[in-house]
Amino acid sequence: MLPFVLAARVLEPVLALWQRRTGHAGMIAVFLIPNMTIFGIFVIVPLVLNLLYSFTGGAEILLEQRPWVGMQQYERLLDCQNHLQPMTCREDQFWRAVHNTARFVLSQVALMVTVSMITALILNRRIAGRGLWRAVFFFPVLLSPVVVGLIWRWILQREGLLNLIVVRLGGDPVIWLNDRFWAFAAAVGVSTWAHMGFYTLILLAGLQAIPRDLYEAAEMDATPPSRVFWRITLPLLGPNLAVVLVLALIRAVQIFDEAYVLTGGGPGTATMFMTQYIYEVGFASFLRNPGLAAAASILMGGLLVVLTLIQLALSRRAERMRQR
Amino acid sequence: MKRLWLGLSALVLAAASAQAEPVPVRILWYSDGNEGEVISELLDRFEAANPDIDVILENVAFQVIQEQLPVQLASGTGPDIARVTNLKAQAEHWLDMRPYLADPAYWEANFGDRLDWMREDGSDAITGFMTQLTMTGGFVNLTLFEQAGVALPGPEATWDEWIEASRQVMESQGLPAAFAIDRSGHRITGPNLSYGANYIGPDGLPAPVDEGTMAFVSRLVEWTGQGLMLPDTWVSAAGTTYRAAADDFANGTIPFYYSGSWQVANLSAKIGDAFDWAAIGSPCGTVGCSGMPGGAGLVAIRYTQHPEAVARVMDYLASEPVVREFSERTLFLPAHAGIVAAGDLAFRSEDPNVPPALERFVQASRETLPAANALPAWQWANTYYGALVTRISQVMAGELSLDQARELIDRDIADQVAAAR
Amino acid sequence: MTGLKTFITRRRGHGGRWHWTDVASWIWLIGGTILMLGPALWLLSSSFKDPAQLAEFPPTLLPYVQRVAEVEGFDTPLPLYTVTLPGGETRILAQIRRLGANAQMVDPADPALRISVPISQRAPLREIGLATANYTDPFLHFDFFTYLRNSVFVTVTATLLTLLTNSMAAFALSKYRFRGRDAVMLVIVGTLMVPLSVILVPLYSVVSRVGLLDSLWGVILPTIATPTGVFLLRQYMLTIPDELIEAARMDHASEWQIYWRIVLPLSAPALAVLAIFSVVWRWNDFLWPLIVLTRRELYTLQVGLNSYAGELNVQWHYILAMTVVTMIPVVLVFILLQRFITTGIAGAGLK
Repeated sequence: MLPFVLAARVLEPVLALWQRRTGHAGMIAVFLIPNMTIFGIFVIVPLVLNLLYSFTGGAEILLEQRPWVGMQQYERLLDCQNHLQPMTCREDQFWRAVHNTARFVLSQVALMVTVSMITALILNRRIAGRGLWRAVFFFPVLLSPVVVGLIWRWILQREGLLNLIVVRLGGDPVIWLNDRFWAFAAAVGVSTWAHMGFYTLILLAGLQAIPRDLYEAAEMDATPPSRVFWRITLPLLGPNLAVVLVLALIRAVQIFDEAYVLTGGGPGTATMFMTQYIYEVGFASFLRNPGLAAAASILMGGLLVVLTLIQLALSRRAERMRQR
Repeated sequence: MKRLWLGLSALVLAAASAQAEPVPVRILWYSDGNEGEVISELLDRFEAANPDIDVILENVAFQVIQEQLPVQLASGTGPDIARVTNLKAQAEHWLDMRPYLADPAYWEANFGDRLDWMREDGSDAITGFMTQLTMTGGFVNLTLFEQAGVALPGPEATWDEWIEASRQVMESQGLPAAFAIDRSGHRITGPNLSYGANYIGPDGLPAPVDEGTMAFVSRLVEWTGQGLMLPDTWVSAAGTTYRAAADDFANGTIPFYYSGSWQVANLSAKIGDAFDWAAIGSPCGTVGCSGMPGGAGLVAIRYTQHPEAVARVMDYLASEPVVREFSERTLFLPAHAGIVAAGDLAFRSEDPNVPPALERFVQASRETLPAANALPAWQWANTYYGALVTRISQVMAGELSLDQARELIDRDIADQVAAAR
Repeated sequence: MTGLKTFITRRRGHGGRWHWTDVASWIWLIGGTILMLGPALWLLSSSFKDPAQLAEFPPTLLPYVQRVAEVEGFDTPLPLYTVTLPGGETRILAQIRRLGANAQMVDPADPALRISVPISQRAPLREIGLATANYTDPFLHFDFFTYLRNSVFVTVTATLLTLLTNSMAAFALSKYRFRGRDAVMLVIVGTLMVPLSVILVPLYSVVSRVGLLDSLWGVILPTIATPTGVFLLRQYMLTIPDELIEAARMDHASEWQIYWRIVLPLSAPALAVLAIFSVVWRWNDFLWPLIVLTRRELYTLQVGLNSYAGELNVQWHYILAMTVVTMIPVVLVFILLQRFITTGIAGAGLK
C-alpha cells in the first residue's frame, strides 16, 4: 500500500492545480479515464471484435484473413426444422447444448434457491455456533472452479469415495459420471455445492433485516409457523429472493469450468452446456470454427444482457422498498 | 575529457557484454513420462559445450500444445522449437532448416522416411525429426488370463476372438469390463483399416465413411452396449477430449487394453510387480492386423529469430548418441534409421515385462497396412479422427443411431474442408 | 458446564422442550457440514497416498504405506505381507518376487527358507503413513516457488490496481452528474455478466497486439477493470451522504482530497469485500493465464498445476497434492477475514 499512499501525496497538489484549470469536468475525466481505458481496450474492443468474427467464415484465426460471410453463421446456428429436436438442426450439437443448458438452469436454480433458503432459515434461528456454521457453508465459494471439479471427479469416479460408501452399504459400485441421469445430477449438485454459501448469506442478511417485533406479535397471536413463513417472512424477503433468483439464473446460464472438469460434457453430450460448446468450437483443435463460436457467444451474450437488466430492475425495486 | 572516456568505456563494456550474451532458444515441450527430465539433462550437456546458446526448456501440458500453440503460430509468434503431434496440418509454420544444418544428408539418411509427416505436400524441406515413433497395439494382463484359465488367442487372432477371450476372463474373475480402447480417433483407426477402411479419397480429400470403418465401429458400439468395453473412457466425455484407460489396465480392472507403445514406460512404473503383462500387437480384421504408426516430432518454428542457433540445437538432439541415450532412457522407439538398423538399443529398465513388449511393438510396426503408413502424412487425418470420436461416443451414449452418426461424421468433415477452402 | 449445555442446546424455545424443527435443523447442519467439508478432507487424505494406492479400489480412508523389512541376504528392504498358509494359519512374510499367480516369500526371522504362496492368499501389511514425496517432488523438481511468486505478484498487483481504478470510476459515477453518466453505467452493467470464455479469441488478439503476450501484465491488466467492482463500489458510495462532500468543498478541499480522504475511507467495507473477492478471483484464475502465458518461468500456480496433465497420462498424485497447496492461501484468507466476507457480502453485495 505504501507506494500508493506516497503517490497520492504527490498527486494531490498536481491534481489541485488541474482542478483549478479544468474545473469539475476535468476531474471527472481524471477519475474515469484509467478504468475506462482499460475497460475499453480489454472488454469493449474484444466484444466488438467478437461481433465481427461472427460475420466471418473459414478456419483462420486472425480476423484480417477471414472472409466476410454476413449472417451465414447465425443462419447455420438457427437452422432447425424443429427447435425442440436437436437432430433436425443443422448444428445439432449447439441445440443439444441449448437444451441441456435450459434443463440445467431450471433444475439448478430451483435446487439452489431451496437449499440456500432452508439453510438461511436455520441459520436465522437462535442456534449455537452460528458463525461457525455460516463459515462452513460459505467455504466452497472460495475454491477455484477447477479445484471444485477435480475434487468431485475424484470422489465420483469408479474407485472414488462415493462408491466406497455404496459398497460398504452393500450395493454395487456405480460409474456415476457415465450415467446420463447421474452425471447431470452431479453437475447440478456440485455447482450448487460450490455456490450455495453465497446465496445463503444474501438471504440471511434479508432475514435478519426483518423486524423481530413482527415475529413476536405473530407468536403472541399463536399464528402457526407455516403461516408466519408465508405471510411475514416470504413477502419481506421478496426483493432479496428475487435478486438471488436472477443472480443464480445468470450464473447457471454461464456454467462452464466446474462442469467441464467434472464431466467433460459426457456421457455423450448429456452435460455439454452452451459455454462448453462455444469453447470447443472456438478452440478445440480438430474441428475449429471461430466464426460459429463467436455467433453462438453473441446469442448467449444477448440472453445474459436481458437477464442482467432484469436483475438491475429488481435490485432497484429492492432498494426502493428498503428505503420506504 | 574524462567524461568522454567514461562514456566510451561504458559503450565498449556494453558492446562486450552484448557479445557474450548467449542466444536464447526456447523449446516448448510436453511430457508423458520421464522424457522431460531426460531431455533436460541432455540439453544441460549441450549448453555446457555451447556457452553462446541458452536453451530454455518449457515443460507445458499437452493442452498448451494443442490449443495455444496453433493460435500463436497463426499470429506469427511462438517458441523456436516445439514438440508436436499434429505435425502435418500445421506444416506451413515449420522452418526449413536445410540452409542451417551442418549435414542435411545425415538427416535425409536417418530421418528421411518421416520427413513427409512434417512438411507441406510437395516440399522437400527438413523441418525436424521424430523424437519417438509410436505404434498402437494391445496389452494383455497375463496373470488375469492365467488365473481365469483362458488361453491367450494366437498371433493371427481376430478382434472378435480377442474380445471373446477377454469376456471369458472378465466373467471368470468378476471384472467390471473385458477391455478398453483409449478415447481417440487415432486409436480406432488401426482396427478400422484392418477391416478394410479407407479415409483418403482419390483427390486427396477425405473420403466418405465406408463399410470398413462401419464394420469395426459397429462392433465397438455393440461391445460397449454389452458391457464388454469399459464405458468410462469413451462414454464419459463429449467432443474430441482425449481419455486413456491406462490406469484401469494398471489397476487390474480390465484384462485387455488397446493403446500403444508409449504406454510401456508408464505401465511398467504403475504396475510394477503387481501382475505380468505383455504387448500383443494389433488383433486382426478382415484385411489385415494393422496398428497405426505415429509419434511426436520436434520441429523448428519458422518465426524464430535465430535459425542458426536453432539448427545447432537440433543437430545436437538428432545426433546418433543423443537419440540413442534418449530412447534408451525413455523406453521410446527411436525413429533414427541408423539405430534401428543396428538393432542394439539397450533399453534401461529392470522390469522383465518391458523388453519383450518393446520388441513386440517393433515387430508390429512391420505389420501395418499401407493405408496406415499414409495417414500420418495426410493433412485431414486429425479432422477425421475428431469427427469419429465425437459422433461415435454419442452413439455409445444412446444419442444417435449408427446411421445418423455416419451421416454426421461426413458432414462434420465436409464442414471443416469447406471452411479451409 | 450447565452454561455450556444451555449454550449448545439454545434454540427457538418452546418452554425448553425440543421442537421437531430443532432436531431437523441440527440434522441439516451436521449433514451439511459433512457434505461441505468432507470432500476437502478426502482430498487432503488422498493427496498423501502414493500412485499405487490412489489406483486402488475400494480406497482406504487414510493414507497408508507398505511396511518393509530388512532381510538378511537382500540389498533392498522387502515388502511385508500377511499370508494365510494352507493350514489356515496366518504369518507375516516378506515377498522376494512374484511369479505369475504365485509369490515367492521368505520369513524375515528365517531367511534361508523360501515359501511359495498363491497371491490370492496374501495381503499387504501396511501402516498409516504419508507419501510426502507428492509434496516435496514438485517443490524440488518443478519450479513451484516460481509459480508461487508469480501468483502472489499477479494477485497483489491486480487487487491493488482494481481497488484504485474501480473506486475512482465509482466515485465519478456516484458523486457527479454529467452527460453520458447513465450511458457509461449501462455499458458497465451490460458487460457485467459476459463470461471470459465468450470473448477469449478476440481478447487474445487484442492482448497480442498491445504486446502483452507472455507477460504477467497481460494477465493482470485485462482483469482489473472489473464491471462487478465498479458496480459494487458505486452502489455503496451512493449511500454516502452528499452533505459530507458539500461540507468538505466549503472547507476548500480539492476533489481529489474528497475522494482520497473522505469517500475512500468511508467505503472501507465495500473495498474490503472487493479486495477479498479480487484476491480469490485472481488467485484462482486459470483459463486466461493458461492462454496468455507460455513461458514456464511466468506460470502461475493454477497453470502450473495443469502442467501435470500430459497428453496420455494425468499425474494424479501430484495434482492432488498441489491442489491442496493452492487451496491453503484461500483457506487462510477465509479464516482471517471471515467476518469481513460474511458481513460484507450481506451488507454491500446486494444494493
